[in-house]
Amino acid sequence: MANADSASGNAGGGGDSRRDFLLWTTSAVGVVGAGLALWPLIDSMNPAKDTLALASIEVDLSPIKEPGQAMTVTWRGKPVFIRHRTEEEIEQARSVDVQNLPDPQSDEERVEKPEWLVMIGICTHLGCIPLGQKQGQPTGDYNGWFCPCHGSHYDEAGRIRKGPAPANLPVPPYAFVDDTTIKIG
Amino acid sequence: MSAAHQKQWNNRFVQWVDDRLPVFTILQNDAAEYPTPKNLNYWWNFGSLAGIVLVIMILTGIFLAMYYTPHASMAFERTERIMRDVNYGWLIRYIHMNGATMFFITVYLHLFRGLWYGSYKQPRELLWIIGVIIILAMMATAFMGYVLPWGQMSYWGAKVITMLFSAVPLVGDSIVQWLWGGFNVANPTLNRFFSLHYLLPFVIVALVLVHIVALHTVKSNNPTGVEPQKKEDTIPFHPYYTIKDLWGLGLFLIFFAFFVFFAPNYFGEAINYKPADTMSTPAHIVPEWYFLPFYAILRAIPNKLGGVVAMFLSILILIVIPWLDRSKVRSCKYRPVWKWFVVLFVIDCFILGWVGANPAEAPYTTIGQIGTAYYFGFFIILMPLVGKLEKPKPLPESISAAVDKK
Ligand code: HEM
Ligand code: FES
Repeated sequence: MANADSASGNAGGGGDSRRDFLLWTTSAVGVVGAGLALWPLIDSMNPAKDTLALASIEVDLSPIKEPGQAMTVTWRGKPVFIRHRTEEEIEQARSVDVQNLPDPQSDEERVEKPEWLVMIGICTHLGCIPLGQKQGQPTGDYNGWFCPCHGSHYDEAGRIRKGPAPANLPVPPYAFVDDTTIKIG
Repeated sequence: MSAAHQKQWNNRFVQWVDDRLPVFTILQNDAAEYPTPKNLNYWWNFGSLAGIVLVIMILTGIFLAMYYTPHASMAFERTERIMRDVNYGWLIRYIHMNGATMFFITVYLHLFRGLWYGSYKQPRELLWIIGVIIILAMMATAFMGYVLPWGQMSYWGAKVITMLFSAVPLVGDSIVQWLWGGFNVANPTLNRFFSLHYLLPFVIVALVLVHIVALHTVKSNNPTGVEPQKKEDTIPFHPYYTIKDLWGLGLFLIFFAFFVFFAPNYFGEAINYKPADTMSTPAHIVPEWYFLPFYAILRAIPNKLGGVVAMFLSILILIVIPWLDRSKVRSCKYRPVWKWFVVLFVIDCFILGWVGANPAEAPYTTIGQIGTAYYFGFFIILMPLVGKLEKPKPLPESISAAVDKK
């Protein structure tokens, strides 16, 4: 092999560069081809069709009778916090200076109807479920929710106020079907 | 090629095989006559111990897998069934559970040995780097194994660790969904973790073989850090080190068995005997002890992305230490200043571990930050600096000179 190579090298520079060219193009096509062939394997790990199909639910809000009560439902395997807020909570949530929040968002942007707060109850830090849904649980320094895992405090609108979490509790896509029913997803 | 004809064996069958597949020649060269520094101390036992633990893990794992079912609705019960109904199931599982702990104990001691005696330095850089890759693979394996029994800590540990990837800018959330195979840690996640948990140990076996090929190319370091020069500096591996390794194994197995039989849950978390509840997070999430220092580093940085990057860097930085250390002298025995920083580094790792086990609150966070600062300062600042400034003690002429003096 080595001899053949140097022989062709001696025969003329053109031969070498043509071989190099063929070697590199063949390798490049091979690498791209192998990469493409990997894609089905990689994509197979993404959510499957039936997992995606479970993507929307209807929730009956009538179990919540009065302001200050809350319930938790499951959507896509995640807890969704639904809270019927009191007048004071709404007022509080709307009186803060939005610009100074870690993740600036006004209360209005986070609700469809002011009294109903609907959001995914998963801490945006590393995914624990914050406390504050049940009576007697800690609600943090901002009268909302408190994540015990690494100490994130959320306010009356579920906005991050203090702690390592980078973002507000996300609001899922939802709409009111009628006065006491919402469709999430 | 020529190796097959080097050795003439007395037994004709052995000779016949060896001519076609040189297993006996390889064993002879790499396990029996293999020249080994004559002054290796007990710190050199942990490599072979780690290898044996790996075999124990694979063996017990294969038998666990005969009864285990990787389904979110069954995994917990099936694991409990292994404990209660399967013959010796409790033993096999307790060996596997505590084996993970033993694996990390041996490997961490093995790594510390390398740090103390400068085994990462030229010409052993690649040997060292393969070791770091093995640790990373072990961590992934142990993490995914811990998820399998699908208890509360399994579930929430999986959640918190996979969510680390959501810190990646732009594509973080897509990566996390891809890891989960859904919108949360759920059955698809458990399935793939089982598949990978079965696969990775065999990848580790392959890495260990590569590690040994590299080792037998550059040969063992030794407590003096001075390479063997003459024949008197080395002794054959067999019987001297085979017997020493076996003796060490005996002691180690007593230690291992103590935990398996008398304190099987000492290293575990009681709450992992509660089935996973996707709707309630345990009050206090802690990883297994072998992850605690890294967990403390993660939490020491108040920024999410920063914390995740620091955590991964805390291990990856080991890859570049052959080039960070500017000292020509390998062994801490002859490095009067550096050795104290290494001692402090070990203490620092324990402190970080202690911080990682505690909630992210007032005194702990600050201590964790100081500990993290020293952790990185040790590698990035002290390692090059001390290597340059320190005046090492005079090195012995040879291993024999150092040993015979006493
Ligand atoms: C590198 C070697 C390995 C390590 C470090 C490791 C680690 C672990 C850990 C920490 C657990 C959780 C123990 C518990 O809390 O119950 C576990 C569980 C499990 N592992 Fe492994 N493992 C290894 C190799 C294997 C292999 C090779 C197999 C299968 C072929 C296996 C099969 C299992 C099964 C079925 C479980 C679930 C049952 C249980 O939780 O005890 N493991 N592993
Ligand atoms: S997961 Fe909530 S603070 Fe870390």
